Amino acid sequence: MTIKTFFPRQVVESTGNRWDWALLPLVLAMLFGLAFAGSQMTRPYAVGQVLPLTLDPWMLPYYLSRTTLRMFIALGASIVFSCVFAVVAANYRAAERVLVPLLDILQSIPILGFLSITVTGFIALFPGNLLGVECAAIFAIFTSQAWNMAFSLYQSIRTVPPELREAARVFQLSAWQRFWRLELPFAMPGLLWNMMMSMSGGWFFVVASEAISVSNQNIKLPGIGSYIALAIEARDLGAIGWAIGAMLIGILLYDQLFFRPLIAWADRFRFEEGSGESAPGSWLLTWLRRTDRVQKMGKALVRPFGRSMAFFKRDHDGTSIRARTLPANPAVARIGDAVLAGAVIFALWWLFGFIHGEVGWGEVAHVFLLGIYTLVRVLVLIGLAALVWVPIGVWIGMSPTWAGRLQAVAQFLAAFPANLMFPVAVLLIVRWQLNPNIWLSPLMVLGTQWYLLFNVIAGASSVPTELRYAARNLDLSGWLKWRRYLLPAVFPSFVTGAITASGGSWNASIVAEYVTWGDTTLQAQGLGSYIAHMTVIGDFPRIALGIGVMCIYVMAMNHFVWRRLYRLAEERMHF
Amino acid sequence: MSQAIIELKGVGKSFRSADGTARSVLEGVDLRLVEGEIVALLGQSGSGKSTLLRIMAGLVGVDAGEVSYRRQPLYGPARGVSMVFQSFALFPWLTVQQNVELGLEARGMAPAERARRAEEAIGMIGLAGFEGALPRELSGGMRQRVGIARALVVEPEVLLMDEAFSSLDVLTGERLREDILDLWRGGAMPTKAILVVSHNIEEAVLMADRVLLFASDPGRVRFQLAVQLPRPRDPESAAVRMLVDEVYALMTAGAGRAGRPSAEPVRRSLAERLPEADIVRMEGLLEMLVDDTFGGRADLPRLAEVTELTDDELLPLVQAMSLLELTSVADADLHITRIGREYVAGSHVERQRIFGRQLLAHVPLVAHIRHSLDQEPTGELPEEPFLRLLSESLDAAEAERVMRTAIEWGRHGEVFEYDYRTGLIHLRGDDDVPPERASEE
Repeated sequence: MTIKTFFPRQVVESTGNRWDWALLPLVLAMLFGLAFAGSQMTRPYAVGQVLPLTLDPWMLPYYLSRTTLRMFIALGASIVFSCVFAVVAANYRAAERVLVPLLDILQSIPILGFLSITVTGFIALFPGNLLGVECAAIFAIFTSQAWNMAFSLYQSIRTVPPELREAARVFQLSAWQRFWRLELPFAMPGLLWNMMMSMSGGWFFVVASEAISVSNQNIKLPGIGSYIALAIEARDLGAIGWAIGAMLIGILLYDQLFFRPLIAWADRFRFEEGSGESAPGSWLLTWLRRTDRVQKMGKALVRPFGRSMAFFKRDHDGTSIRARTLPANPAVARIGDAVLAGAVIFALWWLFGFIHGEVGWGEVAHVFLLGIYTLVRVLVLIGLAALVWVPIGVWIGMSPTWAGRLQAVAQFLAAFPANLMFPVAVLLIVRWQLNPNIWLSPLMVLGTQWYLLFNVIAGASSVPTELRYAARNLDLSGWLKWRRYLLPAVFPSFVTGAITASGGSWNASIVAEYVTWGDTTLQAQGLGSYIAHMTVIGDFPRIALGIGVMCIYVMAMNHFVWRRLYRLAEERMHF
Repeated sequence: MSQAIIELKGVGKSFRSADGTARSVLEGVDLRLVEGEIVALLGQSGSGKSTLLRIMAGLVGVDAGEVSYRRQPLYGPARGVSMVFQSFALFPWLTVQQNVELGLEARGMAPAERARRAEEAIGMIGLAGFEGALPRELSGGMRQRVGIARALVVEPEVLLMDEAFSSLDVLTGERLREDILDLWRGGAMPTKAILVVSHNIEEAVLMADRVLLFASDPGRVRFQLAVQLPRPRDPESAAVRMLVDEVYALMTAGAGRAGRPSAEPVRRSLAERLPEADIVRMEGLLEMLVDDTFGGRADLPRLAEVTELTDDELLPLVQAMSLLELTSVADADLHITRIGREYVAGSHVERQRIFGRQLLAHVPLVAHIRHSLDQEPTGELPEEPFLRLLSESLDAAEAERVMRTAIEWGRHGEVFEYDYRTGLIHLRGDDDVPPERASEE
């Protein structure tokens, strides 16, 4: 029999256990902080008004909470976007043919590009309120987070093992049930990993997205990013130091309070079994699982979700005429193709007119040349980073005690926004009268080199023990050892790291080739500085041109270099 | 006559291969699954028996013919049909209980009722105590029990089993088979008919009331065998042994020409499906055959037992050796030929020479590749044209598989060589050291 006297039972017996009480202050503090930061987002605001902002370090916790809230809202939006995108692209062939290339292009558009195009629209959306600017900032963060998550989810849904799909069909799961019971759980590990990467990406562009200085706007929303922007304008190195400290604490906090518990919880979604890795743990999750009240609240929250399963069930089975699939009508497909081709031709024609009338062909050639400069920078720097980090990564990966510890450090470094180091670089370059064309370049890989390092560490630590014994037994040494054993062994993970690092470097070039410190602006010749410069001026046709050319370079790199290397790694160099 | 639950009439199915040509996997299949019977489908891998099972499950549509379930045309998976998968197909993030409840939840059943039924099914199959475990904590046998419980809890009329025991070890597989048969005999399950797809001949004979033998290219029912032995059946009994022998004989008939000299010589086609036979295994089997244990002649069921090979491992070997005329098959017995004896007696070099000679004589594809290479002044050709030739009559994956086998055999017989990176097939260099080793990396 079920107990119906729910309320008195609560009062008399269940007052929660000690874990509940320990957790209470934490929960309250978080709720209060979020509510306060949230209420600040909808204040009245008129365009041109300067929001109060100080370099007082005591304001940093507040700024940190504002920035973190923005990032989590953007993350939430990214998750929703990813789910919708992935489901539509994976289920409808016609949509897939348009959506996937579209995402490929969106992914290679730098975040400043989105910001400069959308900020006016967002402000107009909520006249007289700060929410419009907040939305623009959140959207900018969203564009630095969403694409890889959407791709990861889409790829996972596409690669759900066929026999699980068949089981879902045989047991009559509806599309809704299938998504929650099969597709999303299967995609969970990849999605989580990409969420973490996205958060790091968001931090990297936090200055650009909060201190909006595009299209003749100059708005600084309260937040860490604006604090940094202000410190750069005021040439205050001490304040930069405080900001770095606050950011470190922020990253540590959401790692411990959010991602760690999530990853530990998501361990059950691991599909391949018993890889020997120890299950990731989290003190907070263990704590949450021991509480009584919180558990109950969690279950109460999940219950409607369980009901939705019963609600969105399949209402007919395979014996119903409604299950009959009509043979695909070739005419419809052909019309779709024709419409698509027409759109492409129209776009080409329009683009031609645009270039001819607005920017001129000479400018296009010039921008392509600038692209080559940036391309050379990316390639040379990735090569240099590989020379440094591959041997170190292999060395660390081969010693198990160091691998675990340092891999976490490398991931942390990847999450740390390298652009905070830029002012230092400016000071040094100005002091020693260095050539910015050469010495600004290292800034591009400052943040992205860590992807190389921790991927190589991961690759080296997964070399089978027997292979290591065999290498030792054969007395492999020197160059032969590297050529025949170590380099091929870490090649696949190196390629994975290099793809991420190269993509990140292109994006970073916009920030790294055009660096300001107070009123000193250093500029390197390249596509990144071109885009950054045009964004500051607010010259839309040239921003679009720069972005378009960068897209072409990034996509060409992916297609002609990385995809081939990746295939080579897949086919030949795996265990 | 009892009522048909699922009925197939003149069913045909073809898949489109990469180059757009349709390849027929099933043709003109008639099958009635009636109440109260267990039917087993036997056939070589690639004969379309799994496709047939999926057609009955409503997972795959047909190109020709009709499929009906209780006289209603079937357009998709029916509620009354349930399935047990070879790879278990459990959802690894759901507990045993949640996995078993899956089909009930999909129907929108209330949680309490769901839990009650799931517990019943879990208890029935001997999983009680494991309700909260994740599949990855369980052994293979226990996992398949979850798979069976999940299939039975929805009270299906028809249970389809797709090689359900073949990824388990022999002992575990036998145990689960007995579980199913006990439930079937005891009337504890609501299921009215079972269809088993298997490659294990003994399993089929022990379980089924009817055994259907499938032929490949395109798949069709070649032979039907009624098994009217009372259950439980003893695998060691003479009646069962005789039936197993009979099925072996039927399945290997036509595997080698030598066994049936009177039969009209089969014209071997270029795009013949070469059996996937490992060379080292073939050598091992040949040596065992001339051994004292067998003395040049072996009963196939006995050979399977001694070598501990499953039927789908053993039969391709037998096929391959008979194709190369190293052995011959007559009435479920494997005989070694004169060439086979020469092969076993020879050193490695001689063995490879004999292998190469037999290849050129009896495998048209290998002979064709060699002939084409001889025509080339460089002695070198890419593999693609041969693959294209194969995919005219095989699907892409199958063509690739046949090509791999041909290359492996050709390498062993020193008929030609192959470079993985460039995809080029070329004649052997004059010296023993392969010429392009130095160019590596």
